[in-house]
Amino acid sequence: MGLEIMDEVRRDYTYNLVRRGKREDGRDFQDYREIKVEKGIIKRAEGSARVKIGNTEVLVGVKLEPGEPFPDSPDKGVIITNAELVPLASPEFEPGPPNEDSVQLARVVDRGIRGSEAIDLSKLCIEEGEKVWIVFIDIHVLDNDGNLVDAAALGAIASLLDIHIPAERYGLSGKGEDMIPMQDKPVAVTMVDIGGEILVDPNYNEERAAVSGLTVISNTDGTLSGIQKYGREGLEEDKVSEMVDIGIEKADELRRKFL
Amino acid sequence: MKEEGIELIKDGKRLDGRGFDELRPIKIEVGVLKRADGSCYFELGDNKVIAAVYGPREMHPRHAQDAKMAVLKYRYNMAPFSVDERKRPGPDRRSVEISKVSREALEPVIIKEFYPKTEIDVYVEILQSDAGTRTAGINAASIALADAGIPMKDLVSSVAVGKIDGEVVLDLNAVEDNYGEADMPIAMIARRNTITALQMDGRMTKDEFEKGLKLAMNACQQIYELQRTALIERYSEM
Repeated sequence: MGLEIMDEVRRDYTYNLVRRGKREDGRDFQDYREIKVEKGIIKRAEGSARVKIGNTEVLVGVKLEPGEPFPDSPDKGVIITNAELVPLASPEFEPGPPNEDSVQLARVVDRGIRGSEAIDLSKLCIEEGEKVWIVFIDIHVLDNDGNLVDAAALGAIASLLDIHIPAERYGLSGKGEDMIPMQDKPVAVTMVDIGGEILVDPNYNEERAAVSGLTVISNTDGTLSGIQKYGREGLEEDKVSEMVDIGIEKADELRRKFL
Repeated sequence: MKEEGIELIKDGKRLDGRGFDELRPIKIEVGVLKRADGSCYFELGDNKVIAAVYGPREMHPRHAQDAKMAVLKYRYNMAPFSVDERKRPGPDRRSVEISKVSREALEPVIIKEFYPKTEIDVYVEILQSDAGTRTAGINAASIALADAGIPMKDLVSSVAVGKIDGEVVLDLNAVEDNYGEADMPIAMIARRNTITALQMDGRMTKDEFEKGLKLAMNACQQIYELQRTALIERYSEM
């Protein structure tokens, strides 16, 4: 009960700040926290990246293994995205099977990469109908101070760039591409609505104070490759349009800086 | 985005003869289950879904109760025979995500504060699937909630739009979904132009997105009228 009251006080505080045009960390509404992307930090993974957005920290690792293609796309590689909200990252996370938050996180990141056709899956075929490369994108959350989606999506695409396919390890040297063939760089931008204001890159407290939010994933040419709305309240149609515009613009900034 | 090589639009018409802004036929029956507090059977073209509502009822486990309001739960479930290739029974990642998004689509209209410490359960079963099942489920659930007498501010209506052969069209069927370039399910409170669920996958421009949003808004108005009529008919019979 005590915690619930603190939670409510905290939410009111965040809300009232926003109503006065401010954020608790002094950012403008459309500013990200400081972002750091560090690539290639896990030696055992084919690709990896640690992304920090403020205090939020996510580690993404990409592994490749040969495996069976899906029956409906026998000549295409496969992407499998998974997210673990491990209990080390937040007092709210519990061990156990994936819950709806981790499933959603993985699926939204996956959708962005798939929708943009960031990976040319047709070039990841080893033997049609028999063997293709399976690209495992594993998102490991280390510290949750809000906006896991943008950190995970950025980590995923950063990890995927410049990946050598481990053909040798599986006795498949000389078959197909040396590198994962990348065609685009989708970037996710998440916003929340607090008291009618749009806040980009919500931190944990802002996420808690918000009643709705939107992730917009867009590509190098400004097209959209994924959208997801969150929250227990609706968003006006014109607000959604505005968020999509902001999302495309911010994604372009992030792409130039970090990818 | 998925596969190439099928012509989805011929002479300005879609394979099933529909125009770009045309919904599939909709059929609604209210109060179809005896044991449930509220229920609805909903057909959207070849989609057949049924929604049941139980509650408000005491929430278990008790530590999950909310002292101030009811907790809404939503379970989207596909029958194993509802798709071409048998679906393994039970929840998978897709259905977990759809359940969450659908619950959030309905939450804005439900006055949960009336029933603290309780839960309201919405169960949606997909009996036959032809793309757009989550939207059919939300439409059915919205009616079932009203049928259960849950206090609501409004109804929620839902439809998908997408892109096929470069055109933005309303309410994709399974073939269009499989061979199309983008899919965007939307739920909204039609009378207020408020969006309560929005997802997009595939690839489309901002202009196409806006066009899709307009198509969906119009369609949701139509669906809203059908939902409303179905409820009125049901209760004028009694």
